[in-house]
Amino acid sequence: MRLVLDVPTWPGNEAGTHVDVRLTAPDGYQATRSYSVATSDRGRVVLGIEELPDGEVSPFLVREVRAGDKLEIHGPLGSYFLWRPGQSNRPVQLIAGGSGVVPLHAMAAAHAAASDSTLFRLVYSVRTPAHVYFRDELAALAGPSFTVDYVYTRQAPPGWGGTVGRLTRDSLASTTIAPHERPRIFVCGSTRFAETVAAWLLDLGHSARDILTERYGGK
Amino acid sequence: MTTPLDGNVLAGALANLLVPDPTNLQARCTNCGQVAPIAEAVVYPDAPGLVARCRTCDHVLAAIVDDKDKTYLSLSGLSAIALPK
Repeated sequence: MRLVLDVPTWPGNEAGTHVDVRLTAPDGYQATRSYSVATSDRGRVVLGIEELPDGEVSPFLVREVRAGDKLEIHGPLGSYFLWRPGQSNRPVQLIAGGSGVVPLHAMAAAHAAASDSTLFRLVYSVRTPAHVYFRDELAALAGPSFTVDYVYTRQAPPGWGGTVGRLTRDSLASTTIAPHERPRIFVCGSTRFAETVAAWLLDLGHSARDILTERYGGK
Repeated sequence: MTTPLDGNVLAGALANLLVPDPTNLQARCTNCGQVAPIAEAVVYPDAPGLVARCRTCDHVLAAIVDDKDKTYLSLSGLSAIALPK
């Protein structure tokens, strides 16, 4: 789900940052959760939100929030899981599980906006075609320096030539930039996804310092 | 139990207490000596408050607990943080 916020004082943000959204119940109970920024433009901030079944905040944001409601947000936040144009000429491998694509989409968009020629590749694992976030935006960004490889874990679109099923160590190896090319790697997904993928990347010969991860909990 | 997150989630709380947000800084665990970015810690978000543990040895690195008019910050498990000049 896409949540568009009007934040007149938004200072702009780097690709990969997040905001904290704080909800306060009538009895004063507060819950804060972090959500990645997909895009921002002149005070309009777009978040991508996955509803977590046992969540305290995401079900409210997905089901209850209406146009005109006011939310308490804090950001842009984060100084670690960021991509900056011109920072390095090494290739960049992005690996997303589900809504983990949100900050990686921001990086791919920033890469295109900066006309940065660094090679970018995205592997995007998603349950079904209906679960894809930013499909049109990602398709529009694709070109000589940015490619997307989808992994459908439950159901693929009609005419899909590949297999259907979870990402494996072997399929990760065959769709990602090889270790000898020293890619900088950004992994974002559920805690289990991020940890599984990071362990495979180490197995494949990537260096721990080249692998940046961000986990959003979930299943 | 809530699924643990990672140290990226500490940025908001720490940005209120320390400038700049230190989640990208390397810090050393007092227990095992591992040096890693704070963003790579294992973070339990409802412990209550935020509790960060070492990804290598599970030692408690830091905790941030909000009370009514105070925020308690413990960095008891961090023996050093590398600060940029």
